[in-house]
Amino acid sequence: MREEIIVSGRNNPLIDPQLHIWHWEIPLYLFLGGLAAGVLFFAALYTIRGRENDYPTAVKIAPFVAPIALTLGLIALFLDLHHKLYFWRLYTTIKFDSPMSWGAWTLMLVTPLSMLWCALHIKEIFPKWDWKFDIIKDVLAFFEKNKIVLAWIMLISSAVLGIYTGILFSAFNARPLWNTSILGPLFLASGLSAGSAITIWLSKNHAEKKRFAQLDLMIIGVELFLIIHMFMGFLASTQVQIEAANLFLGGAYTAPFWIFVVILGMIVPAILEILELRKFKIPVVIPVVLVLFGSLMLRFIIAYAGQASRWLY
Amino acid sequence: MRYAMAIDTKKCVGCSDCVVACQTENDVPIGYCRDWVVEVMDGTYPQLEMEIRSERCNHCENSPCVRCCPTGASHYNEGGIVLVEENKCIGCSACITSCPYDARFVHPEGYVDKCTFCLHRVKKGMQPACVAVCPTKCMYFGDLDDPRSEVSMILKKRKWKTLIPEAGTKPHLYFLI
Repeated sequence: MREEIIVSGRNNPLIDPQLHIWHWEIPLYLFLGGLAAGVLFFAALYTIRGRENDYPTAVKIAPFVAPIALTLGLIALFLDLHHKLYFWRLYTTIKFDSPMSWGAWTLMLVTPLSMLWCALHIKEIFPKWDWKFDIIKDVLAFFEKNKIVLAWIMLISSAVLGIYTGILFSAFNARPLWNTSILGPLFLASGLSAGSAITIWLSKNHAEKKRFAQLDLMIIGVELFLIIHMFMGFLASTQVQIEAANLFLGGAYTAPFWIFVVILGMIVPAILEILELRKFKIPVVIPVVLVLFGSLMLRFIIAYAGQASRWLY
Repeated sequence: MRYAMAIDTKKCVGCSDCVVACQTENDVPIGYCRDWVVEVMDGTYPQLEMEIRSERCNHCENSPCVRCCPTGASHYNEGGIVLVEENKCIGCSACITSCPYDARFVHPEGYVDKCTFCLHRVKKGMQPACVAVCPTKCMYFGDLDDPRSEVSMILKKRKWKTLIPEAGTKPHLYFLI
């Protein structure tokens, strides 16, 4: 028997008995950031490929979700800070070793960029919109002329937005559950899946819905592959990673993860989308809501379970 | 200059004077502690072995907390001591999540706090509060780069270990075993 305990009565709030420092604010932001990254990525991708008219919702309508999601996400992040009045310190420096610093600056770029993209397409939602001031019209005309360059910037920055949160978690070697480089691609794939789902929901164009259903199916396939390999990797690693994996293979997070994230969030919507592609009539809201729910739950479960995984006692 | 601390686990009795001295010296808020005592009991009765350790921030040379801090609040100071600059800390808690030793906590005023190796005392030539107060004199503090310092000499004489060396943090807290 080996017993290793703290005998001096340490009970630091949020640290003991088990680290529980990040609550709902962080997973909510991770989901909203991933969703925004997904819609902006596809908008940029299909603009660069010249397919705006084939996929009008993806390029012109779905991006309106992004500024709302990003603003709510940023409010959630701000609420999480313990030293709120100093939040501006994030923008007085850039630390290349800190994924959180990359994220702060990426958000600083992507949030206004998403609003600019929406401004360029405002007439899709409000056909009688008038910018009134010539300066605004001139600036927007400039960006409209250079749309491909704007789309490339948005493509890269939305991909960074989608992946950096996974990289941020994976950079914490103190949390064995997160310390895998698969987490970055997994979060990116989950964000792209959420973005495709929103596009399917908002689209009124049958060819577009079909295309995005196919894309979503491929992305779900990639996510399932990454999850399986993440577990294979953990079980073939050291004792701490095996214990981290066991949180999902019999431990406290087993049922929520496999039921909410994998079955309801990935497998069931995949089956429904296959049926839809085979011409069965499925109300499109069902697989879409399940995908969004699965993406949200993935973030919640990984964030909470990661804080339970540790190197000590 | 590389400050380090060595603690003799054979002489530590687990009295927790170091915990209280630190709280007094550094105005640690009630209910929080910057250092703590761990007791390990190994074996089956009657073949039992015990180890008592006074733990704190390890002031790692390759510290994950300094690496992940987005504002630079967590930084290396004199002698490699890791400090938090209150006015730069936003309270994001990334450093807390990245510490394998659970050494940090959020101060009620909002910034992140932890052991500072009592740099304010060390600068005046004194020992950190925990080292100064230890009744069995089992704690040693000094400069690893000085071959004649107490800490360098004791590490040459005795077998020692660090905590979770496989985490790659290169801690500066040594336990004499």
